[in-house]
Amino acid sequence: MHIFPFVVVVYILAVGLYGIVTSRHLVHQIMCLIVVQSSTYVLLLGIGYKTGAVAPYFYDIPVHTPAVDPVVQALALTDVVVEAAVTALLLAFAIQAHKRFGTLDPQELVQLKG
Amino acid sequence: MDQLLPLAVVVPLLVAAAISALTPLLRRRRRILDSTAIVTSAVVAGMLAVIMIRVAHQDQTYWFAGFRPHHGIAIGIDFETGPLSAGLACLAAVLVTAGMIFSWRYFERVATYYHVLMLTFLAGMTGFCLTGDIFDMFVWFELMGVSAYALTAYRPEERGSIQGALNFAITNSIGAYLTLSGIAIVYGRTGALNMAQIGQDIARHRPDGLVVVAFVLIITGWLIKSAIVPFHFWLADAHAVAPTPVCVLFSGVMVELGLYAVARVYWSMFGQALTGQTLTGQTLGNRDTISHAFLALGLVTTIVGALFCFRERHIKRLLAFSTISHAGMFLTGLALLTPLGLAGAAVSVVGHALVKAALFLCTGIVLHRLGSVNETWLHGRGRRLRATGVVFTLAAFGLADLPPFATYLGKGWIEDTSSARGMTWVIALLVVASVIVGAAVLRVAGGVFYGLGDPPSEDPQMAQESSEETSETDEGKQRTPLTMIIPPAVLVTAAAVIGLLPRLGSVVEAAAVRFQDQRAYNATVLHGARVAHVTAPYPAEPAGVTVTDLVIGLGTAAGAVFLAFLALYWRRLPVLRRGFEPGTGLVRPLRRFQSGVVNDYVTWIVIGVACLGGALAFSIHG
Repeated sequence: MHIFPFVVVVYILAVGLYGIVTSRHLVHQIMCLIVVQSSTYVLLLGIGYKTGAVAPYFYDIPVHTPAVDPVVQALALTDVVVEAAVTALLLAFAIQAHKRFGTLDPQELVQLKG
Repeated sequence: MDQLLPLAVVVPLLVAAAISALTPLLRRRRRILDSTAIVTSAVVAGMLAVIMIRVAHQDQTYWFAGFRPHHGIAIGIDFETGPLSAGLACLAAVLVTAGMIFSWRYFERVATYYHVLMLTFLAGMTGFCLTGDIFDMFVWFELMGVSAYALTAYRPEERGSIQGALNFAITNSIGAYLTLSGIAIVYGRTGALNMAQIGQDIARHRPDGLVVVAFVLIITGWLIKSAIVPFHFWLADAHAVAPTPVCVLFSGVMVELGLYAVARVYWSMFGQALTGQTLTGQTLGNRDTISHAFLALGLVTTIVGALFCFRERHIKRLLAFSTISHAGMFLTGLALLTPLGLAGAAVSVVGHALVKAALFLCTGIVLHRLGSVNETWLHGRGRRLRATGVVFTLAAFGLADLPPFATYLGKGWIEDTSSARGMTWVIALLVVASVIVGAAVLRVAGGVFYGLGDPPSEDPQMAQESSEETSETDEGKQRTPLTMIIPPAVLVTAAAVIGLLPRLGSVVEAAAVRFQDQRAYNATVLHGARVAHVTAPYPAEPAGVTVTDLVIGLGTAAGAVFLAFLALYWRRLPVLRRGFEPGTGLVRPLRRFQSGVVNDYVTWIVIGVACLGGALAFSIHG
């Protein structure tokens, strides 16, 4: 197992979190959230990867051919579906914020604090 | 007959789908919609109650599509439930039912998606409790999360709603992704997603740092959901703006579900490895270090929540901070790692959910009749709402641990077990937090419904926040509809009745012992074995009503009443100088942290994860 994919995972995660923390624009912030989630795709696929293995379709290949792990691919797909729902909802909130209050700056949206 | 397990999730999901498909037909027929939602959630509550009784002596496992484990290796996805998980799901369904009955007259107009979201929320919570698969747990977590985010922004015309929903959604999504990363690491290590299988595998091999990293990542998501300091910031923002029936669910069960998940993950996957009971005899940490790390989190949370609660004048936010304080107390119960601590936390969760739901619903009635949730403005204006006042006051006493409300019993057991473990200082901190929280809520009850004392001084910022809270319902209603006052009254009565149940202690503790026995859990899930004798890793102490519990409960309630009167009448005391506001000096530094900007909250999450990981790594290798 190579270490490289996991370095990439940590990098993507850190970049995404940095983006969320420093963002002054909701759409940018939501995109950074997607970046954070992308780190989980790389992590999942990195865990299931085997050097020299084929895609896990046993239609026209012998049963014992080494193949990459299909479970993590299923998990990554589920993850994509979850992300689609969350992102759509968040962008809908951003549209509401823009329409009703004319701002996309998280700091200007603050009504409740303390 | 274990088909009931999946049905408890399938029924609300199917009804939700049917409602959204039939939206054009149902839009004008509000009563049909309301009744459908009420009946569905009541039926689910009934099914879960039946499940809870059936699993009282033996956990039940349901394998989807009949993919049973093959020679002790799980190949399918399962629902696995014991009395504690079924009980928590049942509590969720009861609260959804109460909330839907309350909504009957509460909303002037209601969109069909309100019912759909409430039902998918219920399905998410039920699935989260019943599942035995860690990846499924993540999916249910997200289903419940997405429904909850949308419900928070139910009134998008307010700045606060959008702010609260965004903060809630972004922080909780980050938590979910960290959890998923932890799940991925665990899968890479064990090749399994079934919790029993993972637990068995981790316990068989030499545990190392990777296990700790996975554990920290997985529980971070759950701790964000359960609003443990420093992950708690989103909760008050979301609670203050969500519609009242939704707040009932947020405070009553959603936060507690996060803690349930921490307990589930700990006792079915990591417990043996982290506390040094692996089959190989190798140890990572020991009971005390793990216990102390979580005790610190729990106790800091309970004190911080109590302080924020006391200074708040926006009643919904006040109740939200009291939920944070109680979440800290539940975590303290779990952190003691004894069966009695877990049993105490379980009973407290039920008692707290019932009285907190009643408090939120009464606040909803106040908002409905008087059009405000600002304690200062409302001072003395609630005198006409006699029934509401009585229910609110009773529930406030329940929150202040007055016997016979179930809250005193649960907290009493947590205190008993901490004194048995030689940590009497835990009792002192828990009592102080309970007195402060109880006093804050009793102060609201005395001021709003009975006009006692002087109106609290006006904090301009708080006044502005509170006055925004009006458009949820029409103002100037002359009578409180029965559908609004009966649910809180029933819930408060139920909290008192549960506290009086005979043999409650032995039954709940037996369930807690079974919950903590990882080997029995593995045998039940992977081999379908009936486990005759379960043994928790640490011995069970007798659970029952002791004189100490009663005295501490009564003392806490008395202290809360005293502090509440002090808060209401302190201006008339001759010893204080004019213009003095108690507690401001203490809380102002803390207040700066609650900035309302999600960027800051995410910074705290990152710091919190780093500290938690560091603390666990240090306690294990140090």
